Amino acid sequence: MEYFLHILVIAGIYIILTLSLNLMVGFTGLAALGHIAFACVGAYTSSLLALNHGISPWIGLITGACFASLLGFVIGFPSIRLKGDYLALATFGFGVIVYSVSKNWVDLTRGPMGLPGIPKFAVFGFELQPVWAYLILVFVFVLLTAFMINRIVDSPFGRILKSIREDEVASLSIGKDVNRYKLIVFMVGAFFAGIAGSLYAHYITFIDPSSFTMMESIAVLLMVVFGGMGSIRGSFIGALILVIFPEMLRFLGMPSSVAAPLRQMIYGLLLVILMLKRPQGIVGKYRFM
Amino acid sequence: MLLEAKNISVCYGAVKAIEDVSFNVDACEIVAMIGPNGAGKSTALKAVFGMVDLKSGDIYFDGENINNLRPDEHVPKGISHVPEGRRLFPSMTVMENLEMGAFLQKGNNTGAEIEKILTLFPSLKERRRQKAGVLSTGEQQMLAMGRALMQKPRLLLADEPSLGLSPSYVDIIFEKLIEINKSGTSILLVEQNARMALEVAHRGYVFEIGRIFMEDTGRNLLKSEEVKRAFLGGI
Repeated sequence: MEYFLHILVIAGIYIILTLSLNLMVGFTGLAALGHIAFACVGAYTSSLLALNHGISPWIGLITGACFASLLGFVIGFPSIRLKGDYLALATFGFGVIVYSVSKNWVDLTRGPMGLPGIPKFAVFGFELQPVWAYLILVFVFVLLTAFMINRIVDSPFGRILKSIREDEVASLSIGKDVNRYKLIVFMVGAFFAGIAGSLYAHYITFIDPSSFTMMESIAVLLMVVFGGMGSIRGSFIGALILVIFPEMLRFLGMPSSVAAPLRQMIYGLLLVILMLKRPQGIVGKYRFM
Repeated sequence: MLLEAKNISVCYGAVKAIEDVSFNVDACEIVAMIGPNGAGKSTALKAVFGMVDLKSGDIYFDGENINNLRPDEHVPKGISHVPEGRRLFPSMTVMENLEMGAFLQKGNNTGAEIEKILTLFPSLKERRRQKAGVLSTGEQQMLAMGRALMQKPRLLLADEPSLGLSPSYVDIIFEKLIEINKSGTSILLVEQNARMALEVAHRGYVFEIGRIFMEDTGRNLLKSEEVKRAFLGGI
């Protein structure tokens, strides 16, 4: 039971990441590839604040999200002028840089040794020790993120994001400051990714750079595409299936020497089949790029 | 003078697209820029709207220098742009496309403005709930013009409005351009259909490899032997 709840907590954190990346990739059409870098900044910021300065994880969470958003500005400002796959490459590059910094700035991050003993969130002085309590907390943040992103894409602002995805030149020609909107989307997406990173750090209570490799960025992108670009529901479905399904393959009852590689293969096969049969994702309307 | 471009040059990398080009548009005038492909007429239009950077020269709108404005800063000043190839939002309806034109622009009475545009283009009225992607190219061109008119421009920049249209729609589009002009909007038009453009235009500029090599009234240019030979297929 504990194990099942743990999977749900992780899935919830991935839902936040997927929703925020969907805002950028699905709703605005920005092929951004370094999403986990924002989670990395959020996680390290709130962990270091808690460990070195004894600052409450709640304040750390907000500060981490703001720092991630700031990084969104720093990455977004030079990158948004690039289109399509060039933007993907540039953001990928920035993702690698953030990973390298977290690994090599040993004085600050302790590098590959990681940060152990990160405190958990506390409510009225009680630490959220049991997994179910943490699940409720993550659930609240998932709802909050979904609500906010839904509000954004349903607003006049969201209509302009849609117009940028459909035709950037047209948006420019009807007088929309396209780059400004893209930059805001970068910062908002990064903000929520920063929250996800901080939630992760204070749940696992240990982080090291290996949690924030580029494979993680690609995994989140897969969840966006798998569930459906430009669909809130799709982000829930994509993240839930792609987190829970590989775990279920554990219970196939095979010796672990066979089960682990088989799990990877079934996972890969599933993705190939879905992309062939439903390139727009399970509930999405748009194809990737 | 409403719009005045003085000795403007634009480069794409090392390639000079237009060099030392000057042109102007008076209030309530239709001005056509014609010339072969690659002569730089589209580039000149893009330069007016701030979509490409000027290397040298100055552009004035209503006496005010607009050299360094971004495209979105032109719209509130009263310059709107109908891009080449129409560039609609295909998955949005006709109404939504029109609304996008005025979206988040302050002090606009969107409903009344849409009514006006649907009266100007009655065939859009019947199709206003349909997706822009399913319209014929002619209707799409009308919608693209309507979307730009939502911003109540004083100067309308139209880039190749007849491109890819059936002959009957070409006639309609040019009639509409005259109608729009009569209601007080100046039009700067880039066209490969030189004859049609010169017939509706008060004045015309003839481009050739990055320069303007002739300038006259539309009527005189239509009669000019040189223009006839070069662009009109020797009629």
